[in-house]
Amino acid sequence: MKNITTLKEFACTPDRFNGGHRLCPGCAHGMIVREVINATDDDVVVSTATGCLEVCTAIYPYTSWDVSWLHIGFENAAAGISGAEAMYKALSRKNKSFNPDKNVKFVAFGGDGGTYDIGFQSLSGATERGHDFLYVCLDNEGYMNTGGQRSSATPIGAHTTTSPRGRVSYGEKNRKKDLTMIMAAHGCPYVATATPGSKHWKDMAQKAAKALSTVGPTFINALSPCTTEWKFKPEDTVEISDLAVETCMFPLYEIEDGHKLTINYKPKNKLPVEEYLSKQGRFSHLFKPENRWVIEEIQKEVDRYWEYLLRREEAGV
Amino acid sequence: MATKYELKSKEIWDGNTAASHALRQAQVDVVAAYPITPSTPIVQNYASFLADGYVDGEFVMVESEHSAMSACVGAAAAGGRVATATSSQGYALMAEVLYQASGMRLPIVMTVVNRALASPLNIHGDHGDMYLGRDAGWIHLIANNPQEAYDMTLCAFKVAEDKSVRLPVTTNQDGFLVSHTAQVVEPLDDDTAYKFIGDYTPLNPMLDTSNPATYGAQTEEEWHFEFKASQHKALMESPAVIDEVFAEFEKLTGRKYNRVESYKLEDADIALVVMGSAYETAMVAVDRAREQGIKVGLVMPRSFRPFPYNEMAEKLKNIKAVAALDRSCPMGAMGALYNEVSGALSANGQAAIMTNYIYGLGGRDTTAEHILEVIKETNENAKAGKRVTDLQGFINLRGPKLSFN
Ligand SMILES: Cc1ncc(C[n+]2csc(CCOP(=O)(O)OP(=O)(O)O)c2C)c(N)n1
Ligand code: SF4
Ligand SMILES: [Mg+2]
Repeated sequence: MKNITTLKEFACTPDRFNGGHRLCPGCAHGMIVREVINATDDDVVVSTATGCLEVCTAIYPYTSWDVSWLHIGFENAAAGISGAEAMYKALSRKNKSFNPDKNVKFVAFGGDGGTYDIGFQSLSGATERGHDFLYVCLDNEGYMNTGGQRSSATPIGAHTTTSPRGRVSYGEKNRKKDLTMIMAAHGCPYVATATPGSKHWKDMAQKAAKALSTVGPTFINALSPCTTEWKFKPEDTVEISDLAVETCMFPLYEIEDGHKLTINYKPKNKLPVEEYLSKQGRFSHLFKPENRWVIEEIQKEVDRYWEYLLRREEAGV
Repeated sequence: MATKYELKSKEIWDGNTAASHALRQAQVDVVAAYPITPSTPIVQNYASFLADGYVDGEFVMVESEHSAMSACVGAAAAGGRVATATSSQGYALMAEVLYQASGMRLPIVMTVVNRALASPLNIHGDHGDMYLGRDAGWIHLIANNPQEAYDMTLCAFKVAEDKSVRLPVTTNQDGFLVSHTAQVVEPLDDDTAYKFIGDYTPLNPMLDTSNPATYGAQTEEEWHFEFKASQHKALMESPAVIDEVFAEFEKLTGRKYNRVESYKLEDADIALVVMGSAYETAMVAVDRAREQGIKVGLVMPRSFRPFPYNEMAEKLKNIKAVAALDRSCPMGAMGALYNEVSGALSANGQAAIMTNYIYGLGGRDTTAEHILEVIKETNENAKAGKRVTDLQGFINLRGPKLSFN
């Protein structure tokens, strides 16, 4: 694993993933990708679903990827990497490896659209089949590449272009799908949540290293604040990530062998969700008197879920 | 190392068994597949070969055909030999990924056991699935019987993996009529078959991690056109390789294949164009018609893509009337064979009278008697020197006669 001591280093190191890509300034996708694929000394082969990461990093004749990289479509990053992993196994067994003295790790990246929604079947299938790969969901809670439409990862109350706020609408009506738990229910040996926050980037790097050294399908759901569609200043990405954790809107935990849950960070003073919501334009309408009740509902749900995590951890199941 | 499978010089195989043995002999590194009638036995046979140690590749039993083709793309880009099989709805579900596979120039081989597309649901043979994949950038080879299903599958690897081609190839066989009909097949022994195909050396394998490769990049208006044009060029120039492979195969087996097959065309006045198992039925009809004094012959594109325009026109140069038989409902147009053959003729200044017949949808029986009727109608056109029959007719359709002009 690369010895990196500061977040800035992680944000800028050219290793394996070069700058000069077209992700928006302040986009968290690049930070997460760089951390994940540098969390191992082994070589990596990456597949990426259609989405912001893909369209911004491999525009012919350029590529940001200094590792082997494959993009097929929006819904098949997991199936694609499962094929590559199967080929690795086959060629290794037949003594036809290209680099016999190197280990190769397989990593797939998908947005929340490519993971929670359209690519869910492909991910579930590849996971159930037990391929040895890490899948990382870059969860920015919407279809950002296509202009910020809702996904099943969009939280209640968020304005998106297909769940817009309006005279009679407070934005998204459905609760965010609990994908991390669904992935744990597949019996994956390792599942975790992560954020690129100022306090938690090391947690993310450790989780990536752990996932990559685990044999079998592993999954990391990484919150990826989107400056453009969440409407916050590009320089606030890290702060927003921190607030997601401090308010328990996006708790950091990991689950081993499908059941053993550990909370990786417990805020000393759990901040009210307002602290997180008020920093983002996508929630600004919730602060109108007629929508205030939505914030209360969000708070109740966050409290309930946090309590559930604490009790589950305590119960050791 | 895979165990050798002792084969007799003559086996009784149906088309599915024949194709499975060809995949086994090619020592495919990764097969990713999903079952669907009537190609399911290929997937099952392959699983049994694996269970008995006759293949040592990876078999990825995916959760859908979309993932089957996606895993094939991942595996092929990783850098090894890849194959799969499907039919009908499975082929339709793959449609998006078919284009992605060919766009990345990955030499995947797929046996398509042709079957109708729903709705209404139907498990029997027609060419609806093959026609759906027409423009997907694959080479499509046609097999009319189990022997050809075996032969075409071996040839497919050699064509696909040729460095100047690097394109995916389908080998098509009719559902049930070929896939489930046992006939005598003369296979090659395992070593000879593998030697014919040869080792595969991939270009830019992702698993050569010291030389990272980027697959599936974004190209917008500056580059997309050039990529697509070069892909088309590879397809248009692939006949040279297909011919070479067929010639080598003939040397090895004595079985001769051509990009345009023909039957009794030399002295013919009229011809039928037909693809798949109906070609063999049509041979019987041609013999009967000739007993009645009608000089008729047959042609078939063995490679549906790339379409052999010039060879087709050359074969038909003395023909006065042509009936193109399409086994797919064209839905608001003439059938694909009608269109391609008409184009081939007009491009070469030939003016045979063209008619179109739709037949065999969803496994509807088409007998030599039915085809004899078509021959007689086509002969009317030749005698009259102009079209006196319907432009498009339907063979063996129930209810009142249906035709379009
Ligand atoms: C089959 C298919 N349907 C729709 C699209 C259009 N599309 C491309 S990217 C995208 C949204 C991506 O959202 P997400 O996966 O969350 O990634 P993000 O861009 O937000 O990082 C959509 C809808 C597509 N490319 N393919
Ligand atoms: S729209 Fe959002 S996710 Fe996409 S590149 Fe910009 S900041 Fe990143
Ligand atoms: Mg998204």
